[in-house]
Amino acid sequence: MTGLKRLLAATAFTAAAVSGAATQGALAQETIFLSTQLRPIEEATKVRQIILRGAPGPVTFVVEEPSPFQTRMDAETAAGKRTISMVGALHGELSPLVGSKGLDPVDDLAARARERGVPEAMLALGKLGTDRQMYIPWMQATYIMAARKEALQYLPAGADINALSYAQLKDWAKAIQDRTGKRALGFPAGQKGLMPRFFQGYLYPSYTGGVVSTFKNADAEAMWAAFKDLWTHVNPNSASYDFMQEPLMAGEVMIAFDHVARLKDALVAAPNDYVTFPAPSAGKGRGFMPVVAGLGIAPGAPNRAGAAAAIDHLLKPETQVTMARELGFFPVVKADLPTDLPGGITLLVEGVAKTQGAKDALVSLLPVGLGAKSGEFSKVYMDTFQAIVLRGAPIRATLDAQAATLQTIMNETKAPCWAPDKPSDGACKVN
Amino acid sequence: MSEATVSIRLRRVMFWSGVAMLCAWVLVPIYLIALGAFGGRAGVFRWPKNLLPWDSGLAAMQAFLAVEGVWTAAVNGALVACLTMLFSLLLGAPAGYALARYRFAGQDAFRMLVVLTRAFPLAILALPLTVTFIRTGLYDTPLGVALVHTALALPFTALVSSSLFMGIPRELEEAAWIFGCTGLQAFRKIVLPLALPGLAAAAIFSFVISWNEVFAASVLTVRNRTLTAYLLTVLAESPLHFRFAGGFLLILPSVIFIFAVRKYLFAMWGIANR
Amino acid sequence: MTNNRLLPYLLIAPATVFLVLLFVVPLVQTIALAFMDNGVASLTNFRKMAGDLNFGLSIGNTFLLVLAVIPLQICMALVMAMMIQKMDKGRDLVLWIWIIPLGISDLAAGLVWLAILQDRGYVNTVLNMLGLVDGPVNWLSYEAPVSLFVGVVLAEVWRATAIVLVILVAGLQLIPKEYGEAAEIFGAGPWTRFRKITLPLLKPSIQSALILRTVLAFEVFAVVYALSGRNFPVLVGEAYAWQHVNQNNGVAAVYAILVMAISLAATVIYIRALRTPPEMQP
Repeated sequence: MTGLKRLLAATAFTAAAVSGAATQGALAQETIFLSTQLRPIEEATKVRQIILRGAPGPVTFVVEEPSPFQTRMDAETAAGKRTISMVGALHGELSPLVGSKGLDPVDDLAARARERGVPEAMLALGKLGTDRQMYIPWMQATYIMAARKEALQYLPAGADINALSYAQLKDWAKAIQDRTGKRALGFPAGQKGLMPRFFQGYLYPSYTGGVVSTFKNADAEAMWAAFKDLWTHVNPNSASYDFMQEPLMAGEVMIAFDHVARLKDALVAAPNDYVTFPAPSAGKGRGFMPVVAGLGIAPGAPNRAGAAAAIDHLLKPETQVTMARELGFFPVVKADLPTDLPGGITLLVEGVAKTQGAKDALVSLLPVGLGAKSGEFSKVYMDTFQAIVLRGAPIRATLDAQAATLQTIMNETKAPCWAPDKPSDGACKVN
Repeated sequence: MSEATVSIRLRRVMFWSGVAMLCAWVLVPIYLIALGAFGGRAGVFRWPKNLLPWDSGLAAMQAFLAVEGVWTAAVNGALVACLTMLFSLLLGAPAGYALARYRFAGQDAFRMLVVLTRAFPLAILALPLTVTFIRTGLYDTPLGVALVHTALALPFTALVSSSLFMGIPRELEEAAWIFGCTGLQAFRKIVLPLALPGLAAAAIFSFVISWNEVFAASVLTVRNRTLTAYLLTVLAESPLHFRFAGGFLLILPSVIFIFAVRKYLFAMWGIANR
Repeated sequence: MTNNRLLPYLLIAPATVFLVLLFVVPLVQTIALAFMDNGVASLTNFRKMAGDLNFGLSIGNTFLLVLAVIPLQICMALVMAMMIQKMDKGRDLVLWIWIIPLGISDLAAGLVWLAILQDRGYVNTVLNMLGLVDGPVNWLSYEAPVSLFVGVVLAEVWRATAIVLVILVAGLQLIPKEYGEAAEIFGAGPWTRFRKITLPLLKPSIQSALILRTVLAFEVFAVVYALSGRNFPVLVGEAYAWQHVNQNNGVAAVYAILVMAISLAATVIYIRALRTPPEMQP
């Protein structure tokens, strides 16, 4: 037994000594940057080799899926010992960190960001419902639609692809199905897909002019009936798609809705095969939702100065332009995109521009005051979708049941309504 | 030819075609992922698929091996797996022996504890575990990851070794006692040699379990990632041909490892036939 | 002998201490989490789980999968183990091939089977070459629940039979050959020998294999999600979804406790049903 103990102790000692030495030596200048963004291997490599090359100090770029990201941040907070100095994540992934005290206010960096032309509204998002700047906007994106060019021949007569309505989208998909037998429309409704954002930022605003307050009204009821109808022309594999670029490249679907970063591979691989266009509209307008990723600093960061310097580097106009060119994420600062962008990126830029510039565009903001409940908030929309569309549950009853859950979440978080819902006193109400 | 020899032949043919079919059942899917791994972007989306390796290339593989930090991560992964192997054997085999040879109060409770380690999804325990690890300084060390992996591998080593020891006739041990061996001597000279191949097999499980584990390895480390954690966490969102390449690349070490240690697995028959 | 009474406890002590520190302590913390809501003791999380859209479905699916996969794996592994025993040459190679899946992580296994079964996958390619289908056929969508289920079962059987095989083979080689030979002399046929001698003597190994596989099967999820996305909810998948997607650790913990309780029940049943009394041990 003693032999075993000694061995264990020896191993423990060696391993601790090795790692301890490494930690002490490196932390003097190294900044550890943990990101839920730019995880795919090609992109992470570009961040390490191109984007962060010019940073003032050495920055170690570590990527993590959103769930271990939350776990790690919470654990480091609970243990009161930090390894991570700097985080980069989506607005929705950063907002739970406010509740769990995982973010140090960065008011000191906000002025510089403002100087560089980060829009005031976007900086306000970065306060995450508090009166301090919790994160600095880093890059932006949105959702668009992409179609393979061979699908264009089936576009219904008189339909303008840049001003489609949901009814026309349905006719288009129906025409393809009638002529080719393929259900060619695709949505990212898989486990890791961004389908909830489609409901919150696109479908609901377009049909009902709201997201929460209009959740179960008559417009919503009609919307679900129409969407269920549309779904008969949607590729049934949609329930397992996480990223639409793959089914597009495979030719499994011809028309798809997704986040620009999740369409990028297909467009970059064959820019001449695709067109990009805004999501459809319905009675209340053409809903669209901007996406913001932000940079934050952990409280008690081992290298706060290094993190601040790295944030400053990432917000330089030239860094932001490089990110657009290499990664397809758009600048948050004032910067002119060069005209010689790669073809696929140009397609993305066009799609985004057409979305933002649409006459009937209806901006849907990201939920602000939900904090840690934003996951359950999205679940309401996905559960409604699953019940009504995939499992054929009655629409009225499902909406009533889910509305109760939604109201509970609103009451618990006391989150006031956000656009396009009308502002409310106190918690947002489902009418 | 007599009827008897024909029927024996027929039976042999049937036997070996059964074996061949089962081999194909295992190998064909691996061949297919290899096709995907070497097929590059174009191969992945082809329809109908090419079943022969004509359009193969090394591009995706090379890209994988060129990722910064892959080699450090590989060394980390191997280190963690070896530590796991060591710990789970040192902790599991004695427990297995106790379960096999003695009846004692709390036996079933212990068995249950061991099994339940595997019954509770590890990721759900990640938060409290990570907090403890940060506090004790085990965070971001290969040792820390190896400890968690040992908890995952222990049920295998304990239960497999217990069924092994159960299969070794206790008369052999008792005979050794009669001839004047102490309990420990009897164990070392009689039981251990008989059980060694099986224990080696259990150790191999531990290695493979550790090598393939992603979640703990990624939550508990920042810079000292294991290869699997380093690649697999980013894999889920990489293009399909990268995923195949990564999947294949990660299968390789375990398969080679199993091949390298196969003689311990196969030594079993040496004993049985003696 | 006092020494003998203490010995087993000494032998299990290191493992016990280790598991208490690494498993029981965080487990207790997690269970506490399950019974809390905003820091107050409550059953909210249990209510949320029971009211969840996928709750009943995931229980049903998980059991269905376990009931389909485990017997299939035990039978296949038994057949394979007996084949290995009968083999005179090529045994090393064949055994090595059969245990290769042991080294394949569930994520990779999910990928492999996705490549095979997806619309433009290898199954459809082969069917197309045989002229059985014209174009890609959908095997894995919610509209084809039967083929989806079969696909998941195939992937699970492919991935996880090797472990059962190794356990059985390890047990099999310890059965003295004389037993079988003696029975043969008394005129027992191969089937009788298998049933009356091999199977009873293999019971400890079968028990271990059953317990481990069942516990692992209740934990299945990576392969299922790779193949089916949202279409085939299983319990552990729901636990992960609650933790990661819905960001509610309390409900995730409740799901995990449920999985553990089910595994516990299964283990107790196996231990009771397949007990080998010491006097019957060889």
